[in-house]
Amino acid sequence: MSQTAEGTAPQGPAGDDSQTRRDFLTLATVTVGAAGAGLAVWPLIDTWNPAADTLALSSVELDIKAIEPGQRITVKWRGKPVFVDRRTPERIKQARADDGAKMPDPQADKDRVKKAEWLVLVGICTHLGCVPLGQKTGQPRGDYGGWFCPCHGSHYDVSGRIRKGPAPNNLEVPEYSFLNETTLRIG
Amino acid sequence: MTAPSEPPPASSTKGKPGIIEQAKDWIDYRMPIFTFMEHELNEYPTPKNLNYWWNFGSLAGIVLVIMIVTGIVLAMNYTPHVDHAFDSVERIMRDVNYGWLIRYVHMNGASMFFLVVYIHIFRGLYFGSYKPPRELLWWLGIVILLLMMMTSFMGYVLPWGQMSFWGATVITNLFSAIPLIGDAIVTWLWGGFSVGNPTLQRFFSLHYLLPFVIIGVVFLHLWALHTHGSNNPLGIDRKSAKDSIPFHPYYTIKDLYGLGVFLIFYMGIVFFAPNALGEAENYVPANPLLTPLEIVPEWYLLPYYAILRSVPDIAIPFTGIVLMEAKLAGVIAMFGSILILFALPWLDWSPVRSARFRPITKQLFWIFVVVCVVLGWVGANKPEGWPLIIGRIGTAYYFAYFLVLMPLLAKFEKTRPLPESISEPVLRDRGESGE
Ligand code: HEM
Ligand code: FES
Repeated sequence: MSQTAEGTAPQGPAGDDSQTRRDFLTLATVTVGAAGAGLAVWPLIDTWNPAADTLALSSVELDIKAIEPGQRITVKWRGKPVFVDRRTPERIKQARADDGAKMPDPQADKDRVKKAEWLVLVGICTHLGCVPLGQKTGQPRGDYGGWFCPCHGSHYDVSGRIRKGPAPNNLEVPEYSFLNETTLRIG
Repeated sequence: MTAPSEPPPASSTKGKPGIIEQAKDWIDYRMPIFTFMEHELNEYPTPKNLNYWWNFGSLAGIVLVIMIVTGIVLAMNYTPHVDHAFDSVERIMRDVNYGWLIRYVHMNGASMFFLVVYIHIFRGLYFGSYKPPRELLWWLGIVILLLMMMTSFMGYVLPWGQMSFWGATVITNLFSAIPLIGDAIVTWLWGGFSVGNPTLQRFFSLHYLLPFVIIGVVFLHLWALHTHGSNNPLGIDRKSAKDSIPFHPYYTIKDLYGLGVFLIFYMGIVFFAPNALGEAENYVPANPLLTPLEIVPEWYLLPYYAILRSVPDIAIPFTGIVLMEAKLAGVIAMFGSILILFALPWLDWSPVRSARFRPITKQLFWIFVVVCVVLGWVGANKPEGWPLIIGRIGTAYYFAYFLVLMPLLAKFEKTRPLPESISEPVLRDRGESGE
């Protein structure tokens, strides 16, 4: 601090200058203190984000040899269900025919698959997170032949696109790749 | 709290004080806790015309204590881990001595807590207890309600049944409606990519903590209450000492009587219908791959759930342009339905507190009560057909009641004349003169 005559000497009740200087010191202290407290809080908040071991569990491999055309199976990935649907040619045709239909979250079927035969979806309704029905034969598949979420009535089509009901988005397509003809890796 | 100005007298008029008396004086001189209690609980002047609707505050306090005591005992036998939580609760039910009793008291205690607090809140609405100078008192009450909701929501997750899991999934997913950062918030809440072990453990920790936070806010609530004292059925201020009576013994005895009646009801449920208010589905262990056909929250959250599901896409009519998706709009409406209570003292600025003197307010209030119950019924049904239509009408009334009807009534309603004082109507009915 630079030495000024007014500032250092206790010259009676707060002259204008010492007032400013004290204000500055108070403000600076509060600012630094608040920033420090804020930084100290972050580690506490961040403990709630996924831990390293949770993140490490983030891919699964699946043998798809045995899946028949028209069959749908469910695998668990990151604690959530993933739908793997080996689509029949009719279903693919239906999905593509619907590309131009009016829907809340328009997307072409070919942008939702890597191979037309294999549709891979996160089986979580984009409304509030229920698992839609339609994986097992006999379960309702909704008005569009895909999946039906019983929680609040969302209908998904054979491409997993939302067509009717409160869900705002299509069923999510997770990251996946075909390691070879018979192995699918999710994540 | 005022400190006594001089050391306590070594002896009183009655001769030598007993050892207990002396100990009390010794402590009180150093920390006047007995003076404080005497002042706030014993002599505390209270309006003399309080009716039984004024019992529910003390009942709520007692239920809170019951919840904490039973909760701490449950926690001694409960294991917060996805692999053990369900089994540990079943062990409490089957093997731990009186575990079934403690759990049923805790489980149904949550329902009783909400029942009592809802009546307490409706009481406040009817008699205008949110009006000056009690706005802060009202606010603190809403904070308690919000904390209670968080606490019971997290508690319901702990037994890790199907409803626990899917209720937690649906409710945490509400936050995904927040634009841009919604998904990050949900992942943060979960500590993973779905509701899982990290979620269960943090919920247990918070479920243990929040009731003690509630105690803190209850203390502030009582502080605000004791600053201006209770409102009363006439909604007018006390004019003279004649309008008050000391809290003890008059209201201690009345509260105690109410407690007896309440405990008969509460224990009746605990012993004869302990699962009547719950969902059978929650006795099925959580399965992340299978959603139950119907997800319903506990009864005390049903009206909000109904509001959540009643709101459609907000669109400009006939254009098909959607301004806000139903999901976000529903979430806003649901939280708004509680937050709107904070604005109540300013939405209803009529100087007349009690609905007894407000003929139209009185009727609209009872319609509001019915609407809340009907919304509860709607929340328990699938949102299609009649329940959906009724839910929309109910939601519209809920908000219109606060945002439209209250300000209009405050301005235009012709209120009935208020009595001179709390004592006046009583004395008049008896044919005596005032004073
Ligand atoms: C505001 C007060 C409280 C409320 C409203 C509340 C509510 C609830 C609810 C609704 C449940 C689920 C019951 C069930 O369906 O099984 C629950 C469970 C539980 N609560 Fe609380 N609780 C409160 C205070 C506490 C406290 C202070 C503790 C102490 C640690 C505690 C410990 C537990 C435990 C261990 C469980 C799991 C066992 C079970 O499910 O029965 N609770 N609570
Ligand atoms: S969670 Fe699927 S419709 Fe609401």
